[in-house]
Amino acid sequence: MNTVVAQLQRQFQDYLVSLYQQGFLDNQFTELRKLQDEGTPDFVAEVVSLFFDDCSKLINSMSRSLERPENVDFKQVDSGVHQLKGSSSSVGARRVKNVCISFKECCDVQNREGCLRCLQQVDYEYKMLKTKLQDLFNLEQQIVQAGGAIPQVNIN
Amino acid sequence: MAEVMRPEKFDISNDTSSLASPELLHVLAVDDSIVDRKFIERLLKVSSCKVTVVDSATRALQYLGLDGDNSSVGFQDLKINLIMTDYSMPGMTGYELLKKIKESSAFREIPVVIMSSENILPRIDRCLEEGAEDFLLKPVKLADVKRLRDSLMKAEERVFKNIKHKRELEASDIYSQLKRAKI
Repeated sequence: MNTVVAQLQRQFQDYLVSLYQQGFLDNQFTELRKLQDEGTPDFVAEVVSLFFDDCSKLINSMSRSLERPENVDFKQVDSGVHQLKGSSSSVGARRVKNVCISFKECCDVQNREGCLRCLQQVDYEYKMLKTKLQDLFNLEQQIVQAGGAIPQVNIN
Repeated sequence: MAEVMRPEKFDISNDTSSLASPELLHVLAVDDSIVDRKFIERLLKVSSCKVTVVDSATRALQYLGLDGDNSSVGFQDLKINLIMTDYSMPGMTGYELLKKIKESSAFREIPVVIMSSENILPRIDRCLEEGAEDFLLKPVKLADVKRLRDSLMKAEERVFKNIKHKRELEASDIYSQLKRAKI
């Protein structure tokens, strides 16, 4: 039984490290994990869940604003990007945040085509991250169910 | 002849401290982002603070009873030790909230910390000039909160010690007067 736990813990560790290495996550995600303890085992999952809901909502409203070429509300889009950048930054969603930086630039010069591309990209990135983190949380759950502890992972 | 109480017998109580309890800082956090609210709330709880979170500057003013309407919460019951507010919020900004708080005789002594995702020097200067205690770049770290808490606790301690010292002086002064009057 010990080896099962050890194996799962190893898997978890490797997976988490790979997410950092591939640029999906940054140091802020580490800060989030620090705030979680035995008393609040779902904290990270809850925060990222709120983040993904936020993404979905903001992407929808920005999509509406960008819909008609002759009538784009760039102010609204800019506000959406700002919020998205802020929340992605708060959870450590590095790729999403980086798309937001390009997105803001397109907005600043009122480049509708550019904005649409960024919108598509941000949609792709958040959904990708959502899948990855779901896999991570599943691993966590398996460890707990096998009676093990979630490893503290040090990222350099 | 009545017995004159010696100064040591006067009860210098703890109620001069504005801390919600000896150890707990009560923080009012203001942010329009639900993700950031969840995050800051946890950050503060982990740092042993009591937290009230609101989603707008308007709500913050309502909570403090500064919105013009007569609030049911008398400010004496409200022991807020720190206000942390996001800068960019729809409607009233964190900067405007800061100004309103500093204009209020009831709350101007409460330290206000501004949080922002943007490192804009003129913005930082403006906030500090208006009386902000500190300006934190988002995302806020545990270390930021710890530093804040430590400096506030030290300031509280200084204030408390000064008040206690003042009371001791007043008490011994009364004692001397009573003794002279031979009551």
